[in-house]
Amino acid sequence: MRKSPANNMMLQTAMRYITIIVFAFSFYLFFAGHNSPGGGFIGGLMTASAFLILYLAFDKKIMKKVIPFDFTILIGIGLLFGVGTGIASMLFDYPFLTQFFDYFHIPFFGEVELTTALSFDLGVYLVVVGAAMSIILVIAGDDE
Amino acid sequence: MEIVMSIVIGIVFTVSVYLLLSRNLIRVILGTLTISHGVHLLLITMSELQRGAPPILNIGEENFTDPLPQALVLTAIVISFGVTSMLLVLGYRTYKEHKTEDLDQLRGSADE
Amino acid sequence: MNNIIILPIIIPFIIGAILLIFAKHHKLQRVISGLTSIALLLFTIYLTVLVYMDGIIVLEAGNWSAPFGIVLVADMFATLMLLLTAIIATACLFFAFKTITPKRERFYFYPFYFFLLVGVNGAFLTGDIFNLFVFFEVLLLASYGLIVHGGTKYQLRESFKYVIINVFSSALFVVAIAWLYSVTGTLNMAHLSERIAELEQTGVINTIAMMLFIVFATKGALFPLYFWLPKSYFGPPAAIAALFGGLLTKVGIYATIRVFTLIFYHDAGFTHKIIITVAAGFTMLLGVLGAVSQFDFKRILSYHIISQVGYMVMGLGIFTPLAVAGAIYYIAHHMIVKTALFLFEGAAKRVTGVSDLKQMGGLLKTHPWLAWLFFISAISLAGIPPFSGFFSKFPIILAGFQEGQYVIAGVALLVGLLTLFSMMKIFGYAFWGKQKHTEEQAKIKIGKLLAPIAPLVALTIILGLAAEPMFQYSLEVAEQIMDPQIYIDSVLKE
Repeated sequence: MRKSPANNMMLQTAMRYITIIVFAFSFYLFFAGHNSPGGGFIGGLMTASAFLILYLAFDKKIMKKVIPFDFTILIGIGLLFGVGTGIASMLFDYPFLTQFFDYFHIPFFGEVELTTALSFDLGVYLVVVGAAMSIILVIAGDDE
Repeated sequence: MEIVMSIVIGIVFTVSVYLLLSRNLIRVILGTLTISHGVHLLLITMSELQRGAPPILNIGEENFTDPLPQALVLTAIVISFGVTSMLLVLGYRTYKEHKTEDLDQLRGSADE
Repeated sequence: MNNIIILPIIIPFIIGAILLIFAKHHKLQRVISGLTSIALLLFTIYLTVLVYMDGIIVLEAGNWSAPFGIVLVADMFATLMLLLTAIIATACLFFAFKTITPKRERFYFYPFYFFLLVGVNGAFLTGDIFNLFVFFEVLLLASYGLIVHGGTKYQLRESFKYVIINVFSSALFVVAIAWLYSVTGTLNMAHLSERIAELEQTGVINTIAMMLFIVFATKGALFPLYFWLPKSYFGPPAAIAALFGGLLTKVGIYATIRVFTLIFYHDAGFTHKIIITVAAGFTMLLGVLGAVSQFDFKRILSYHIISQVGYMVMGLGIFTPLAVAGAIYYIAHHMIVKTALFLFEGAAKRVTGVSDLKQMGGLLKTHPWLAWLFFISAISLAGIPPFSGFFSKFPIILAGFQEGQYVIAGVALLVGLLTLFSMMKIFGYAFWGKQKHTEEQAKIKIGKLLAPIAPLVALTIILGLAAEPMFQYSLEVAEQIMDPQIYIDSVLKE
């Protein structure tokens, strides 16, 4: 699209910090899910937008070096995570997708509620990141 | 409140039908987007607009809302997200191949 | 536990996800997908027998008891559809191995294929109407991917229209669900059936029923909403067109039959005997007239899907156990024969390079196996004994006369005649007559292409010769779905 390499100094420098903040916020949203607003879907979209501003600031070629794998693989892994959660409950002779939770004491974080729904959410997260990124890159990369 | 919502839904549906019937490819896609918004609003409205606490026991509240429509709308939103993004890619590819976004020219001839 | 009935949904799901990861290794993909489809076929046979022996199996997903959670219900109708799906999916997959080029394979052909199966199997098994919508969307998303697969100019243009139609009808589906929820306050199908029996089927509920009918009619290509079908099924390669022609419209028909036998059956005089029967009559007649007027192998077959969908819905419209049993038998017959015919089209096109009948001819001399196998399927489709087409149309038309619905029964007979005419038109132009393809083309060997189709042809012969036990089975299926109390009792366990 661009004819000559533009001077993106400002953008690139700022994005290095902004993406860290966006990534952090997306992880917060991801873990906040289940009982309060947040979750895999919205966290995944936020992560995808963080990737997207990286793509905006830097070139597609450079980003290819940074992220050497295809985003569609993320979709596959995410789907396996989601369905794996369901199957795990089948192995213990409960109906498909039965969820379990318990409270654990983890040093530094204190009392934490861990649920099997979290791994399902991780699957959703990966699927959303993979799907959003691969669709955007399909459209964006068509000009070359 | 339901009456106001019904009117809003009606307007959204009108707009989306207008867009769906237009000749421009991208407007048609926008039409499907707005119709899914209208449908989601309808889904929320038809199950009564309630105020209240989330339906969790031992929360100390009396009024509970019905969580089901919200779950349904969330699912429907995710699905329409997927369909719309897919449709955008498809519309873009169609435009690229045919070099036109006018649906009249995408009609195809009778004999093929 | 009843977890076993989730397997037809999650096996293709897992395999689809794995194939997505290994999208670039096409040898590996073929091995995995071939083995999976055979495993799925064997498993659905087991499930069909199991449900036939032990009765309906219900799974409450996530251990949430019905009607609060989502249930999956495997009754005889659902398992029969699962079995048929597995049969034709296996045949089309093995046909695709020989016809889909590696370049196309790399564009996620197999993942889309298996996600389509996830959606279809899920739509058959689910006992929750919103979940039905979700599975419809899964199968539609996969079908959007498949129908545009390869991305030719024609495909892109027609697929766009196909997608828009389906998105619109899905929106109407959600509208119908919203109304249904506001009237009854539930979405579990067994619970819905109970509540609507209490409410009595009055004006509001009839409106909702008709809304759902419009939605399913769009997916199932019924009059007057079939216009999208012939053009969009013309684009994709034969393996995909065969899968769509055999499978996708039938999911719409399955949903119609399920909803109108389980939930909205109280006002049958209006909904079934008037609306559905009239729609069925027009669907049959206009579909077959479209087929008669065409001169293209694939288009004729596409229009015949429409006319035959009419027969199935006509069985529902007459609404006696005999007619519904006929409709179920007809679905089984149609799915198998239609898939076979579409695959024959692919095989014929491999030889001649065209699908226009005027440019074909003389295939009988150079490829006799292709010609005679096609002939058997074609006359089976037209309803000539002793093949399955005759024994499935017979009970429907018989029930029509018994119920005094002479007009629709007459239309069905006329449509059968015209079907025979257009099938013979294909046979006469493409297989008889002067050889129009070159000598080099005549040497093309298509034995490998015929191998996956031959079992389907064998099945239509078996379905015809073993009509007595097959019809007995469909009668039992029909009696089970015509008595909603059985379904309600096994889901709600009262």
